[in-house]
Formats: sequence, C-alpha cells, structure tokens
Amino acid sequence: MKKIKRIFTYLFLTFAAIISIFPFFWMIVSATNKSIDVSKGKLIPGSHLVENFKNLIETVDIVPALTNSAIISVSTTILSLIIASLAGYGFEIYQSKRKDIVFNILLISMMIPFAALMVPLYRMFGSISTVAPFIGMDTLVAVMLPTLTTAFLIFFFRQNTKMFSKELIEAGRIDGLSELGIFFRIYMPTMKTTYAAAAIITFMNSWNNYLWPLVVLQSPEKQTIPLLISNLGSSYSPDYGVIMLTIVIATLPTALIFFLMQKHFVAGMMGSVK
Amino acid sequence: MISIFYFYPMIQALILSFQSGSGTNLSFVGLSNYKRVFTDPTFIAAFTNTFIYLIIQVPIMILLGLFLSVLLNDPKLKFRSFFRIAIFLPCVTSLVAYSVIFKDLFATNGIINKFLLQFSLVPEAINWLADPFWAKVTIIIAITWRWTGYNMIFYLSGLQNIDHSIYEAAKIDGASSFQQFFKITIPMLKPIILFTSITSTIGTLQIFDEVMNITKGGPGNSTTSISQYIYNLSFKYTPDFGYAATVSYFVVIAIVIFAALQFKLAGDKK
Repeated sequence: MKKIKRIFTYLFLTFAAIISIFPFFWMIVSATNKSIDVSKGKLIPGSHLVENFKNLIETVDIVPALTNSAIISVSTTILSLIIASLAGYGFEIYQSKRKDIVFNILLISMMIPFAALMVPLYRMFGSISTVAPFIGMDTLVAVMLPTLTTAFLIFFFRQNTKMFSKELIEAGRIDGLSELGIFFRIYMPTMKTTYAAAAIITFMNSWNNYLWPLVVLQSPEKQTIPLLISNLGSSYSPDYGVIMLTIVIATLPTALIFFLMQKHFVAGMMGSVK
Repeated sequence: MISIFYFYPMIQALILSFQSGSGTNLSFVGLSNYKRVFTDPTFIAAFTNTFIYLIIQVPIMILLGLFLSVLLNDPKLKFRSFFRIAIFLPCVTSLVAYSVIFKDLFATNGIINKFLLQFSLVPEAINWLADPFWAKVTIIIAITWRWTGYNMIFYLSGLQNIDHSIYEAAKIDGASSFQQFFKITIPMLKPIILFTSITSTIGTLQIFDEVMNITKGGPGNSTTSISQYIYNLSFKYTPDFGYAATVSYFVVIAIVIFAALQFKLAGDKK
C-alpha cells in the first residue's frame, strides 16, 4: 500500500513537472527550427538557430524593444523598492493613531482592478501631455509612473519589517545617526533578502506588463517586449522560428534573475505570509 | 502616489460613468450607461465568460496547488527541489509570451492535437481555438498552467510552519492521509488559502493578456473578458470612455462582492 502511494506520488509529480516544462522545451527547440518545422510540431532541435537569429535582427526591432523594457523595468524596480520600503518601514516602526486607517485604505487600493483605472489614467496622461510632453502620452515615463507605488509592495515590506529588531534602531539613535541614516545604513543592509524578493517580483511585473504600455505607447520605436511579441504573434505570415527565438530572448532576463536569486525569492515570500 | 494613481482615477471613473459620447465630446447622461449595461449582449457575454473562468479555474488551481505542495512537503521525497523548481517555472514567463506559445500549442494542427490523436485519446482533432467551448477550456488550462506553481509556493511555506508532531499524533490515532489532508492541512492553512483565493479571484476578474493573445476574445464573443471589453470600448471601437468607465465599475463591484464572500466563507473574523 505504502509502495503504491510512493509510485503514485512520483508519477504525479513527474507528470506535473513535464507539463510545466514542456512549453519551455518546445519554445527552445522551436527557436532552432525552420518556421515550417515548427508548425509541423517538430520536437527535435534543428540547425536553424543562426538563420533565425539573422532574420530576427533584420526583420524585428528587438534591440530597441529590449532597451525600452530594460530602462522601464530597472528604473521602476529601483524607485519602487525605495518608495515601498520607506513606506513599509514607516508603517511598522513609527507610532501614529491614524496609521491603521491609512494602511487599510492602502490595502483597498489593491482591490481596484487596473481596467477600472485605465480610462481615467489615459485621460490624465493625455492632459499632462499638453503641459509636460516628456511625461505625457507615448513616453516611457508614463509607462512607469502608475506602477511605481503598489500597495502590495508596501504590505510586503511592512510584513517583513515585523521581523526587524527594534533594538537596532535604538542603538543607531544612541550612536547619533539620523532617522534616514538608520534606514539606509542599518535597515537596508539587514533586509537584503526582502529587497531581493521584492526586486524579483517588481522586475518581473514591470518586464511583463502589457495592458498599460499597450494603452499609453503609440509609436513603434517606443514599444516594449510584450507589445513586440504580441504583434509578432498576430501577424499574417508569421515566421514561427523567429517568434520562438524572440520569446526565448524575452524570457531570458526574468528566468535568469529567478534562477540566480531563487533562494532569496522563496525565503522572502515566506516572510510575507508569516 | 497611491492616491494620485488609484483613488483620483477611481473618482474620475465614477464621474465618467455618468457621461457618454465619443472621444472627448462627453455629455452628462445620468444613469443611462447603467441601464445600457443590463441589455448589452457583449457585456453579458464578457461577464459570463469571466465568471466561468473564475468559478472553474480558481478552485481547480487552489486544490491542485495544495495537493502538489503536500506531496512536495514530504522530507523523504527525492528530487524535491527539482520538482519544486519545475512546477514553479511557468511563473517566470510573461503573460503575453506564454499566451503566444499556448496559441501555437493548441492550434488545430498543433502539438496538443497531434499528441491526442497519436494516442487515440480523441477521435478527431479538437478545434481548440475556434470552438466556443474548447476556446474557454484552452484559456482555463493556460491560466492554470501559469499560476498553480505560484500559489503552491505560498502553501509550501505555510506547510513548513506546521509542526510535524501534529501529523505524528494523527497517524497514531489512525487517521488516513485523506483525513490528515482535510482535517489538519486545510484548516491550518486557512489564512493562506484565503489570501491566495482572494488574489486569484482579483487576478481572474481582471484577465486580459491571455484572452487578447490566445483567442482575441473569439470565436464570436465566447472568450471575451470584462477587461478586454473595457479596452475595446475605450480604444478599439469608437471610443466611449463614459460607458467603459461604467463597465469598469462592475468589475470593482464584482471584486468587492467576491472578496467579502470569501472572507465570510472562511469565517475569518480578523
């Protein structure tokens, strides 16, 4: 009986693992095949990788799209980590009567769906355009701004700050550090794991964001990676090998970050549900 | 910042929802947008579809995630971290990228059909993307693939906080694995299950990327989601921001109702 259960466990997990990995396997294999072979469903790696790469560079504007995505994601990650950690730290460390009310209002904002904000935001950036074109429609700044502060990230930092030892703050004050000094010189270095996990989440969300850039970006040279992929996927005479190679390249940054920081990620996530 | 980018737009949307007209020519129309919603066939289709995704996909995903996490929590299990990483891997893909891949996998002459035919699991190729029923199934499979591992990580971390001696005691009392799962694991993980079910509900009610890139909402309107409908109303058809804002308020209401319902079901008084 016990043995059967064991076998079943392994079979089930293997099955789940195969299903999880298969689309990755297929996308990598397809990136090395000719378009016709991809549509035939060829499952063995081909010798077409270099050819696909050449076509990709010639026909797809991948370099500008990668650059745009990188600019947006890196700056969003850095800025939102600073904002959210300051806010989360403040909520947990400083005592104030209205703190909980403000925090609850913040949490409510997590429930507001983006679709409900899309139209007003679009109009807002439309009117900004007339006074300050550099942050208005069709700019990378406009893509970033609404995603910089998220209640989730503040919540995440607040939860993790609960484990931060308050004695360290006292010690810092006695040593004559300013409040910001304590934050930057004591808090930040001790909370490395939390920052790493938050960075992964924010970078992934930003790199993969689709709906808002789709609304706000109009000119082709401003498009981000998800917009590019979406356009490739719905074109009339798609070269599947090239599309798959594009997807592989687009997935590489998030996959790499995940693998390099996997341990921090799981540890950080655990802190947030405790 | 939150108030500029969340609450101010929300109030704007409320004002907009009482207005109508194309583009910037908006005039005040009172409640007529709200009346229009109830007789709008596309809205009803979008609402029904989103609701179907929700009530089918979220329970499947949560149970599957729980089940996988219980299996993976066994310290005697070999290749534990391999399985964990493999099942978590879908989370690193972008919604658009995996949607494009799924669109190809589920094409009529795609790999899924080839596989099913090869092993004679189906008599003929399933028209996944062009049949109203199968198109919905495809979307549900796609979301499940992408998010199960994500939820599983939360359960795994929750399971690691449960004292092993509780299970030992249950075993001595003769509880089967099933009883242990339903009488110990699920009650102990209740707050985390509540958290994941609320976040998944919010996520599913907002579904956009997958529908847009796998089926474009078709065939007909059989897979359109509310978010996609709002997008179409604002940017694809003749822009009607007022009506789009009205529709978006229905998503807000739906999310509030579902979140309240889940809190009630969980009986969490905190």
